[in-house]
Amino acid sequence: MTIFEKSVSGRKGYSLPDEALHDSSPLSKIPEHLLRKKAVELPENSEVDIVRHYTELSRKNYSVDNGFYPLGSCTMKYNPRLNEEMASLEGFSYLHPYQPTESIQGALEVMYELQRMLAEITGMDAFTLQPAAGAHGELTGMLIVRKYFELMGEDQRKKVIVPDSAHGTNPASAKMAGFDVVEIASNPSGLIDLGNLKAALDETVAAIMLTNPNTLGLFEKDILEISKLAHDNGTLLYYDGANLNAIMGHVRPGDMGFDIVHLNLHKTFSTPHGMGGPGSGPVGVKEKLKGLLPAPLVALNDDGYYLDYDLPDSIGKVRSFYGNFGVLLKAYAYIRMLGKNGLKFASEMAVLNANYLRVKLSKLIPPSHPGICKHEFVLDGSVLVKEFGVKTLDLAKRLLDYGLHPPTIYFPLIVHEALMIEPTETESKDNLDRFAEVIEKILEEARDNPETLKNAPYSTPVRRLNETMASRKPIMRWKAEK
Amino acid sequence: MSHFSYIPHTDTEIQKMLETIGVKSVEALFSDVPRVFDFDLALPDSSDEFSVARELKTLAQKNLNLNEVAVFRGAGIYYHYIPSVIRALSSRGEFLTAYTPYQPEVSQGTLQALFEFQTMIAELAGLEVANSSMYDGATAVAEAALMAVRVNGRNKILISRALHPEYQRVTGTYCHAQNIELEELPYSENTGQIDLKKLKNSLNDDVSAVIVGYPNYFGIIEDLREIKALLDEKVIFIVVANPIALSVLEAPGSLGADIVVGEGQPLGNPPSLGGPGLGFFATREKFVRKMPGRIIGETQDADGKTGYVMVLQTREQHIRRGKATSNICSNHAHNAVIAAIYMSLMGKEGLREVAIRSYDKAHYLFQRISEIEGMAPLFSGPFFHEFAVKLKALTAGELNNKLLEHKILGPMELEKDFPELGNSVLFCTTEAVRNDDLEFLLGRLEEII
Repeated sequence: MTIFEKSVSGRKGYSLPDEALHDSSPLSKIPEHLLRKKAVELPENSEVDIVRHYTELSRKNYSVDNGFYPLGSCTMKYNPRLNEEMASLEGFSYLHPYQPTESIQGALEVMYELQRMLAEITGMDAFTLQPAAGAHGELTGMLIVRKYFELMGEDQRKKVIVPDSAHGTNPASAKMAGFDVVEIASNPSGLIDLGNLKAALDETVAAIMLTNPNTLGLFEKDILEISKLAHDNGTLLYYDGANLNAIMGHVRPGDMGFDIVHLNLHKTFSTPHGMGGPGSGPVGVKEKLKGLLPAPLVALNDDGYYLDYDLPDSIGKVRSFYGNFGVLLKAYAYIRMLGKNGLKFASEMAVLNANYLRVKLSKLIPPSHPGICKHEFVLDGSVLVKEFGVKTLDLAKRLLDYGLHPPTIYFPLIVHEALMIEPTETESKDNLDRFAEVIEKILEEARDNPETLKNAPYSTPVRRLNETMASRKPIMRWKAEK
Repeated sequence: MSHFSYIPHTDTEIQKMLETIGVKSVEALFSDVPRVFDFDLALPDSSDEFSVARELKTLAQKNLNLNEVAVFRGAGIYYHYIPSVIRALSSRGEFLTAYTPYQPEVSQGTLQALFEFQTMIAELAGLEVANSSMYDGATAVAEAALMAVRVNGRNKILISRALHPEYQRVTGTYCHAQNIELEELPYSENTGQIDLKKLKNSLNDDVSAVIVGYPNYFGIIEDLREIKALLDEKVIFIVVANPIALSVLEAPGSLGADIVVGEGQPLGNPPSLGGPGLGFFATREKFVRKMPGRIIGETQDADGKTGYVMVLQTREQHIRRGKATSNICSNHAHNAVIAAIYMSLMGKEGLREVAIRSYDKAHYLFQRISEIEGMAPLFSGPFFHEFAVKLKALTAGELNNKLLEHKILGPMELEKDFPELGNSVLFCTTEAVRNDDLEFLLGRLEEII
């Protein structure tokens, strides 16, 4: 039942101070035609009604706190509670963005140090913390590319190359920054096809966007050659940091030759996904691009920390204020907790977990590509269709009945019926074993009675939902009379 | 091997796992990473929770926390009271640590909460549909401009100079990237509202959209009806609104707005140095397929039971890639749920009462300040809970330094963003400013000026 249906006219869930109004006829200074004639139809409930409604809703959600959440490319690691407590300290959460900088020195110190720590982890020279999410970071990065070539007088560079295994945001962000997108096919090993890349590279190519390891969980071992090809062509190399969790402390995008990097603090650096956001997508660049970052950067001089707006070549602002500060704090706490040894160990255990589960599951469903993976791997679910007549979607829905969240499905697009699995480092061997056991059991069900999968799930708050119907004539808000 | 509280592996387990994989060491799993990249991170070693908490608490104490002062500064981020229930509910792990609801059967909590959020935003906006959030007010405005161009194929945006300066800049960044022309609409020096004559002169067949604030940056309530009357039917009318004000002001949709966007932070989200808040985005149903962002819709499950899913995903980047309506993927869902809880709790009466109190205190302050020599209100237009004042006796910076000594966070200084206004400030009041805070401020102003 919706909160609107629970509403009872006259009920109150709030209390305000007992203060008289200064004007006994409120709103009288606003012209009549600009005032509401009819009150906004918001629900009326008591405080306890609200608590029960949202508690009930929360219980219909699966989350990292509930269990294993192996969504590929999403890095659903545990979100430490310390982070939440720190971000909610009043000395951080009750700051106005336009307070005098002398009165926010502690906040600016956190941001300044985070800029430096992220630069160190990625091998870049400068960072902006402004972008609100990964895709927003990509847009920021692409705007930097665009501005760079404007300043260089190379206006003919109108294309951005992305591999066909790229996240959907890559082409969308490049397009939003005004570029034409050229998609190149991967080679049979799932890596960048150097021949295809060379053929696509000409004087009109502004940038190449790569994820490394890529979305198949494979490390682009030719990265140095790719980087040389790009730079010899005057092209910038962009790093989509969605998969950084695989390589912290082992290799840095900056050392691989990347010129621009975005990170997803809500993936690699443990800030919670919050049902889809807020995230944070800081962007790092090499020295030659520093002046193009969105203003302000947080800087330090003899008087303390300050907001540096002196960036004459800046691409301009990409959002209001300075970034998702509340999210930045959580990432800062995480990096301080793990330190250089912990970050490296986290990546190692993420890769160990992925390979362990890959080996166990490969006996059941073939991997899309053989060999060692990094933090994630992809299984080719087309065998399910061939052998049992069930789809990857059916397997995913059946997993829900076992209290497990399915992997990312049908991505990357270059693998049929793909299951993309990223366990992350915060899962124990026991959890991985159980996941493998459940997959095995579901495959037995598929063999014995495929209908069990096709009609799944059975034990969830609702059964399989009709998504096609929902989009055909969408109902996007609650209405009193249907 | 060291052990970390967030990483469960024991040495024995690591050995067993390596055996299963068939490699001798963890390093072997990185054999595909060229060794030329060997390096040592110049970061401190790991720490413990006690020490990190102490470090961060010390840093937090270096900041001036708004709860310790009387707040008369708004300018886009507003200090409202946030009832305890909001944090208690929104910090539940099931909300906080869930992903985007791609598996709707185990995400009904997220989906229903966002469906209800969309309903409340649509109600406030007076439009048929709303999405489930954008990053912030500024990017919501920018994306609204891009959407207008998608809808009518025209290429010029008229944007009010009286809109939040940061929103203007962000819209500039987004429009520049797509070669969309942006033209500033001046405001009247008298009323603080859009100069209607100049708007009329700027209108032609190239104009895709007109963007105004409601109230605008100076707190002034634009006459949407008069603006709408000047626009031809193809022009998309974008209204950037304060959601609290919308509980008392006529819904922009009823006055002709085609897109209503804004910053949702005032709805239960703490100021947090300006982020994360949320952008809200509402429009007419006929434009919904051109709208950016995730949208939740109602449907049925296999047993005919009501449930919710993400709808119209073919507009989005994970399906449409380079042809998507926007690149947005992560949004501000958690902040949207916070806003939904806030609106549910305050309800029809509560939100209106917050608005009326904010209005009432601002108008009282305006009246009293008008009587102080050396301070003169700048605009005559109707306003909500902010108003601009010209200072004669001392600079805005001097005034604010003195007020801060009395634990008052004084008004926003305007000259940097609006040099044409000279030595001016923007006062703001909300229901969280007590009546005795008002008198205290007035006393200090009379002393200082």
